Amino acid sequence: MLEQLAIKTALSVIMVAFVMSIAGLLTWVERKQSAVMQDRVGANRASIFGFRILGLFHPIADVIKMVMKEDFTPSGAQRFLFTLAPVVSVTFAIAAVAAIPFGPELQAFGRTISLQVAQLDIGLLYIFAMMSLGVYGVILAGISSNNNYAFLGGLRGASQMLSYEITLGVAILGAVMVYSTLDLQGMVMAQGKHLWGLIPMWGIIVQPVGALLFMTAALAETKRIPFDLPEGESEIVGYFVEYSGMKFGMFFMTDFIETILVAMIMTTVFFGGWQVPWLFADGIHWPWGGVVAMSHGVVVGLQVLSFVFKVVAFIWFFMIIRWTLPRFRYDQLMRLGWKYMFPVSLANIVITGLVLVLIG
Amino acid sequence: MPAKTVTVQRPELNFWEKIYLPEIFRGLWITASKFWRNIFVHTAHRLGLMKSVEAAVTIQYPEEMRPTSPRLRTRHRLTQREDGSPRCVSCMMCETVCPAHCIYIVAGEHPDPNVEKAPKSFVLDLGKCVYCGFCVEACPEDAIRMDTQIHTIAAYSREEMILDMQELLNPSPGGMPQKTFYGKKS
Repeated sequence: MLEQLAIKTALSVIMVAFVMSIAGLLTWVERKQSAVMQDRVGANRASIFGFRILGLFHPIADVIKMVMKEDFTPSGAQRFLFTLAPVVSVTFAIAAVAAIPFGPELQAFGRTISLQVAQLDIGLLYIFAMMSLGVYGVILAGISSNNNYAFLGGLRGASQMLSYEITLGVAILGAVMVYSTLDLQGMVMAQGKHLWGLIPMWGIIVQPVGALLFMTAALAETKRIPFDLPEGESEIVGYFVEYSGMKFGMFFMTDFIETILVAMIMTTVFFGGWQVPWLFADGIHWPWGGVVAMSHGVVVGLQVLSFVFKVVAFIWFFMIIRWTLPRFRYDQLMRLGWKYMFPVSLANIVITGLVLVLIG
Repeated sequence: MPAKTVTVQRPELNFWEKIYLPEIFRGLWITASKFWRNIFVHTAHRLGLMKSVEAAVTIQYPEEMRPTSPRLRTRHRLTQREDGSPRCVSCMMCETVCPAHCIYIVAGEHPDPNVEKAPKSFVLDLGKCVYCGFCVEACPEDAIRMDTQIHTIAAYSREEMILDMQELLNPSPGGMPQKTFYGKKS
């Protein structure tokens, strides 16, 4: 019992450390990547004893600034809810990561350790529940700030996230039907098969439309450009107008943590999770014959690395999207969500069901 | 005259443009290819290769300066004779022509009997100067020039914007003489 507790604690510490360090780095990645895309150099001035190392000290400088800044509560704000809102946002964003499997079952010290913080049979539903609860942070911030712009931002955030939540859930149902499980570890296991022994049976191969719809809806859930209507920094500044200091920092972190979360879900459900093509428990089986035998530790290590690599690649892709596309107008956003994406996701389910029945 | 009506033909979006996706991927392709190209060139620069290819158009300001044209009117200086004294003969041409009244000259005797006068003090208030260059054009002795290429002119008070003859003869390399900080002597 105590050992179980220790293992779970260690796993959750690893996961939280991974997510938080990547989220901290993302402030730097966002600046640098956008700079490189736009023929600029990017932030490179923060230095310690003259060392700049590509501006990697900027996240540290940011944190110091955030903590030292005055934590201001506007008059007329509901102090309790005002303080609660950023905490709610960031807590549920981090909590959702618990259900993500970042590796297969590891055989070590005479026991089997599943590399996943929470082994839930309904892992997918748990993640959706946590992502939905994240809306509360936005709404509470909007209501409690006693500011009309924050209120508008909260309203926009609520309607946008509720609209896209439906597509989010329906789009992924196709994948659930194919794998016939809600357990994320089970989903990744099911993606270990290969079509004709050659093409890995990842979710993107069997559910391309579902993957595209899910990615779009999930990007809308992260509230970043091109779906940053709750923020709308050029017009209403958004639900966190009145926040300063670390409270604002927490909202800022929430966006990045949600980006990581979406990258992780995309990887897990549609891009084979920790699976490496042609890598089985005993080594690599090349499709043209021949086996490269590997020990258990090497295989698990490769698979965890593949998970990290896929997540980082997705984060890079989301950053490219964020720095390329302009923002949707509010009516365009609603039209896209309700009139295009929702019907297409329903059709996706029907067609998936038909194909599954025909294949048997 | 009757108003002319111009009908603007707005281009209709075709099907592929309406579903956004191909256009989105075209845009992503442009930015992503730019990203990989620049990352490649940045890496090559770190290794000391491909120095002739630019990866960023940024000018790293305090270390790198944008090249200025030699005819650009920048901060003034007084030219010197061979012995180091100012060439200025206090003819008051520049003070008279100056539209902003920012030059103040006090004339005095010059020890050399061949030179009629020399400035006792030559004060120029940069806070008033409009950089028109009339003083340079008016000067018969080529005594004042605006060719120092100094355009980083900033000070903490109005008094610091006033340059004396010593400063005008030997311009500070930093652009402005740093005398005080927030009004306090440093």
